[in-house]
Formats: sequence, C-alpha cells, structure tokens
Amino acid sequence: MENLEHILGEHPFFQGLKHEHLHLLVGCASNVRFDAGQYILREGAEANTFYLVRFGKVALEMGTPNKGPMIIETIGEGDLLGWSWLVPPYTWHFDARAMELTRAISIDGKCLRRKIDNDHELGYEFLRRFSDLMVKRFDATRLQLMDVYGNRA
Amino acid sequence: METAPDLQSISAEAALSPMLPRPFVIKRVRRETEDTFTLELEPTGRDDGFSFTPGQFNMVYVFGVGEIPISISGDPARPTTLIHTTRAVGTVTKAMDKLRRGDTLGIRGPYGSPWPLDKAVGRDVVFVAGGIGLAPLRPALYHVVSNRERFGKVVLLYGTRSPADILFREELETWRARFDLDVYVTVDRAMSGWRGNVGVVTTMIPKAPFDPRNAVAMVCGPEIMMRFTAAEMIKRGVDIRDVSVSLERNMKCGIGLCGHCQFGPVFVCKDGPVFPYAQVRDMLVKWEI
Amino acid sequence: MKTFTLERSDVGALLDALKRRGYTLLGPTVRDSAIVIDEISRVEDLPVNWTDVQSGASYRLKRREDNAFFGFAVGPTSWKRFLYPPIQHLFAMLRAGKSFALPAGTKESTPSRDPKMAFIGVRPCDVHALAIHDRVLLAGPFVDPLYQLRRNGCFVVAVNCTQAGGTCFCASMNTGPRATEGFDLALTELITHKRHYFLVETGSDRGEALLKSVPVSEAGADEMKEARAACEQAQRQMGRSLDTKQLREVLYQNAEHPRWDAIGARCLTCANCTMVCPTCFCATVEDVTDLGGSRADRIRKWDSCFTLDFSYIHGGSVRASAKARYRQWMTHKLASWVDQFGTSGCVGCGRCITWCPVGIDITEEARAIREGQPTEARTHA
Repeated sequence: MENLEHILGEHPFFQGLKHEHLHLLVGCASNVRFDAGQYILREGAEANTFYLVRFGKVALEMGTPNKGPMIIETIGEGDLLGWSWLVPPYTWHFDARAMELTRAISIDGKCLRRKIDNDHELGYEFLRRFSDLMVKRFDATRLQLMDVYGNRA
Repeated sequence: METAPDLQSISAEAALSPMLPRPFVIKRVRRETEDTFTLELEPTGRDDGFSFTPGQFNMVYVFGVGEIPISISGDPARPTTLIHTTRAVGTVTKAMDKLRRGDTLGIRGPYGSPWPLDKAVGRDVVFVAGGIGLAPLRPALYHVVSNRERFGKVVLLYGTRSPADILFREELETWRARFDLDVYVTVDRAMSGWRGNVGVVTTMIPKAPFDPRNAVAMVCGPEIMMRFTAAEMIKRGVDIRDVSVSLERNMKCGIGLCGHCQFGPVFVCKDGPVFPYAQVRDMLVKWEI
Repeated sequence: MKTFTLERSDVGALLDALKRRGYTLLGPTVRDSAIVIDEISRVEDLPVNWTDVQSGASYRLKRREDNAFFGFAVGPTSWKRFLYPPIQHLFAMLRAGKSFALPAGTKESTPSRDPKMAFIGVRPCDVHALAIHDRVLLAGPFVDPLYQLRRNGCFVVAVNCTQAGGTCFCASMNTGPRATEGFDLALTELITHKRHYFLVETGSDRGEALLKSVPVSEAGADEMKEARAACEQAQRQMGRSLDTKQLREVLYQNAEHPRWDAIGARCLTCANCTMVCPTCFCATVEDVTDLGGSRADRIRKWDSCFTLDFSYIHGGSVRASAKARYRQWMTHKLASWVDQFGTSGCVGCGRCITWCPVGIDITEEARAIREGQPTEARTHA
C-alpha cells in the first residue's frame, strides 16, 4: 500500500490531490498484470475500473466485419485507460487489449463513484482531471479524423 | 523609389542558366511505399556531384512533361549522389514514377532556405515528421547523426497514415537501435496485429525525452499537422522562435520570379521553404492566404 | 538635366534620330477602338487628335481638335508587353538517347544581342512601373535574363501628363503626373493658342546625345513654367486618390474584413486587372513536345493570381474562392509588395479600374477596408 500511494502521488494525473483524497484512492487501488494479447476491457461489459499503465502497451480496438479488429489508439506507460466507469450507463465502448506484457494499477471505479457521490470536492478534482484528459483525446481524435496524410488528389 | 539596379549586359547563355534544367541520370530506383519512391541521381557528363544544405529543394524536370519542386532527401555529406523521394500524385510525379535506371531527369537547384542546424548545436533537437514530410527532414537527420557529438538529445517523432505508409523503414530501425537517438513512430490507423503505436504524432510530444527550454524543433508534414505540432511544442515550453516548419506552395520557377509561391509577404521558394514558425503562424490560421 | 523645347513639326525628327540609331519605335497608336502601344514608324502613327474617355468598366475614344499627339491617358497595353512579353520561349531540349540536351546553336532561341527598343510616350506612372519591374526582375538573388536583355537596350521617351485620365490616381501614389527620373528624355506637350510645342528634359547622357541631332532650342523660364502649370492642371483634375498611409498594416490586419466577401461576389476572376496592370509580373510555364516526342520546348506565359491553377498544389487550390484571389491581388499590390521589393506595386495608372468588366475600383475598395475597420483596429493602425 505504501508503494501504491507513492506511485499514485507521483503521477502527474494525480498531482495536487489532497493527501486524504490520495489516501482514499489508494484504498480502491491494486496492482494488476496482463499478458500479451489478453483483453483488459470488452465492449459492452460493465465499466467498474480504470487503469494507470505502468509498463507495457495497450491497444484500444474496435471490431470490424471482415477485416478483424482495428486499433483506434495505443496507450502506453504513464497513460490512463478507461473513463466509462465515470459516466452512466457504466459500460465499456471499446475493447482494450494488452499488446505486450502490461502492468498497471487498477482503481475500483465502483468504490470511487460512491466516494465521489459523498464528497463533491473529490468529485470536482476527478472530473477536472478526466475532462482535461478527454479534451486531449478528443482533439487527437479530431486530428486523426482529418486523415491528413491521405492522398487527397 | 530607391535606386534602380545596374543594367549590365550579360551573355545570353550564362544568363539563361538559372532557367535551364541540367540532365541527371537515374542510378537507382527504390520503392518506398505503394505510392512513394526514391530516385538516386548523378549528373551526366560531369562528376562534380551535387552539394546542398538540408531543407533545400530542386526543380525537377521530366522531359516534355513539366517541372515541379521536390525536396532533397539524401545525405548532405555524400554529394556524389542526389536523392529525391516523392509520392506519385500529380502529372510530373506520376511520369517520374515510370522512369527507370538509366533514364534522365532535369535538375535546377538547389534552392531555398535550410533547416536551422547551426542554431541547434549544443541543444536538444526534436524532429517531427508527418507522412512524406520525413523526406525533407532526412538530410537534417543524416547531418545530426553524423555529427552526433555536437548536439544534445536527438528525438525523431514520426507519424504517418498506416504501417504500410512508413517511409525509410530500414533506416528508422537502424536509428532506433542506437543508444543516442530516440525514434518514435506512430500511425493514424492500424489493424490488430500492428505492434507499434496508434495515434496522431502530436500525442507523442508531451512525453518525448527532451528539455523544452533548450530544444529546437524542426517540423515537416501536412500544414494541419505542423500547426498542431507547433502548438503542442509551445505548450510543452519550447520557445516559438525555436520551432521551424517547411511549407509547400505551387512553384513554377523556384527562383522568386514567377510569383506563384507567394504566402503573404514571403516567397516560399526563396524565403523558405523552411521558415521560423513565428514568421508564418498568423497566416497559417487564416484561410486561403 | 538640361531642358529644351521642340516644335510640334520637329517630333518627326526626334523619331528619325532614334530610328537612325537602330531603335525599333514603340508608341501609342489607334487600333481596335483603343489607343494601344505597338510598333510605329512615323508621327502619323501616333493618335493625333484622339483622346479617351475612361471610367470604371468603360473606355471610349473621342475626337479632339487641337492636333495633340499625346492628348489621352493610358490604354489597355502597358510596356511590360515588350520587356516581358506575354509568351516567351525559354528553351528547347532535344532527346538524345535516354538523355536530353540543348540543341546545338542554342543561342538562336534566345536573343543574342539587346533588341534596341525606343519607348515613345511613356507616362510617368508607367516610368515608375518600369522601375518596379527592374527591382522585381533584376534586383533579387536571381535575375530574369530575358527581361534584362530587353531592358538594356531600351530608350525611354516619357511624356508628362497635362490632363488626367478618368480613372487615374497617380498624384496620390507619388508617381505622376510629372516624371522626375527613369527616362532618357521627358516631353511635356504644350498647346496654346499661338504655339504647339514640347518641353524636353534630358534624363541621361544618351538622351542628351540624341538631342544633338534633333532641332531643339534651349528652354526659357516661361516655357518651363508653362509646362509645370500644365502638369499641375492634370493633378487638379484627378478624380481619384488612394490613401497609402499605413495601408500595408491596414490590409494585413483586415485579411478577414467582410468587404472581401462583397468584392468576391462581384469579381468575375477574369484576370483583366492583372493583364492590364503595368507591374503584375506573375508567369507560368508550359512544356510542350513535338508529336514524335523528340523535342520539348518550354514556353513562359503571363499568368494571373485570379486563376484556380495559380495556387494549385496536389489536392486543390490554396485560393479557391474569388474573394481570396482578389484579396491576394490587392494585398500583394498594395501591401506585401512593400515587404518584397521596398515599394508599392501600384503606380496609380487606373487601368485595373477601367478594364474591370464590373468596375471594381481599387481605390474605393482600399478606402472601404480602411474605413470599415473595427474602431479598435483603426485607432491602432
């Protein structure tokens, strides 16, 4: 636990979080490991966790008919994975699969949701951080949509 | 009106030379991707090679077809061979794509401004390339790699459309294997099975290993990609004056006389193609300048 | 500089003196219901007793009865047609096996000596246009060799303006109505009830030397005064003006001004303004082959920033809308030209106003953009 608190406290995403809030977070956290090829999240499944990737690489995928799964985005060391636990109906929208041996800290979103409901200041801190992350991912997605390297001719 | 220039007489043949393509023979054709290829050229009838500075371009002429600007993608320290990498998208490049070893192209150049490599000495160098934009940056990469001790950290962030569109794959792998270069490649789209990164090139900037307070960034790719890259660099703390971009515009002469490549007050052919981002930023966000 | 007088009856002697020195004479003449510039050989070729009535989108010839040689303003032709021809052969290449080479005796495709041209009747605005082209085509890192050859051999006989044309605004551009430099000789045509003569000012040694074989007399103070008064009259007649004060900044700061939309809706992108403009220099090249594919030629042609092809890069044109193309032309002419060449690209000749089919008036548009600025921008301009 000591170790987890240290790791979470050092992570830029949680920078500036009050000690008591960090402590709360640690209470919901645990170390997890995924082998290469193993699914971490499945589209449509209940979303009750999010992950802080410590080592390895994760592919966000979407199944396509005929061609098999397509990789939407890859998530690597230091990145956060998963925000569907925060918004109803709390189900995953994509598949996430470990591309290689991946170690992460898993945080119990179900437990955190309860705590956030009771502590709006904590809720604000979380939503602020997640909205920042969402905006960045959304911007990147828009740029990706531009297909700028495509042959327009 | 300031004083008019001297109207001195000159011989017609000498005078025409900036407008005359010089024949270069194709020594080797290398297919890079489905629509991209590299030509290795040598001047015919002489062995004086071809000296240039990284970032410069040539006007490349296909006999009877036309002439277009193409950046030089070879090693400036090996001027015996002139190297051009281009994508077959227009009339001239499609005609070039049909040429083989032993065929001839006309060359005028080198023209244009270089990447600010002198300014990068003793500092971290971040190259950000998008798609075919890796080709104009490659001479600068060669230079930095062969003078490695003169620079701080050296990072290449390369984004392209899909794994099949990765240019200079072998070289990227060689560079990535070195302990003194950080090479990151990402693609906009990939099918499952691709082991590399997926996501736009700008997403790699926040985590790339360089010191933003002491780094120069050289960016080449589609205009949208360069705008977003420059913005991300500045956000990371790189001084706007240390960000350079390379622009593309229609060119007919390459020597500042035909007017086609104007971009506000600058001529891309003679004032660029490499510009400090600060000089062009405001125009890049206005439409149809 | 020396000042002489030349009687009307001796203008022919001036032309003859130039011809004897091997000059081809180019000057105003009536053709196709307009006063154009073309090769002339004698005084009768000049538009004697003709004038022009010009306004936005309108040009008409009208008779006059004072026997004036130069009683008109500028027409659709400018001198760039002769120094920078609309179609010019750049080179031929011959296929030689897998390679290609210049044909033996290449020099025939380019002028091997300076073609000697004498420009007769260059208006002060056009004298400035010549100086602007010298800066554009000769003063940069690369020189246009074909322009240089033609320009070297060029003898300039300017004619000051004593009446303003219907669309002129040279006074506000400081380019007229009187030429002060950039000519070999400058004439002012003076017609009073008792005498029809020219005041002749020399602008070069070559000009002065020429006058030795022309019957001129030294000018007196009265004659010089009369010439000055005639030019001042033209200045007073001028109906248009362009306020150049910080115009560059005004245009740069207003690239997204709604006025551009209004102009874009009127502009036909016909390129007339660029063709008649004496300073527009943009060109394109065409590569053509013979039917056997053994010979390829490159031809340079006047181009215009009003065409879609002008800014085409793979995938599309950078300036697709009419609005953007007009903005490019006007902003280049009045603003970025200053950055590029240290001078405005406009000489106030008014041709673009006269020959615009819908009568877009550059002076009016510049004024609208200046006056229609958001208050804040205007006070900081």
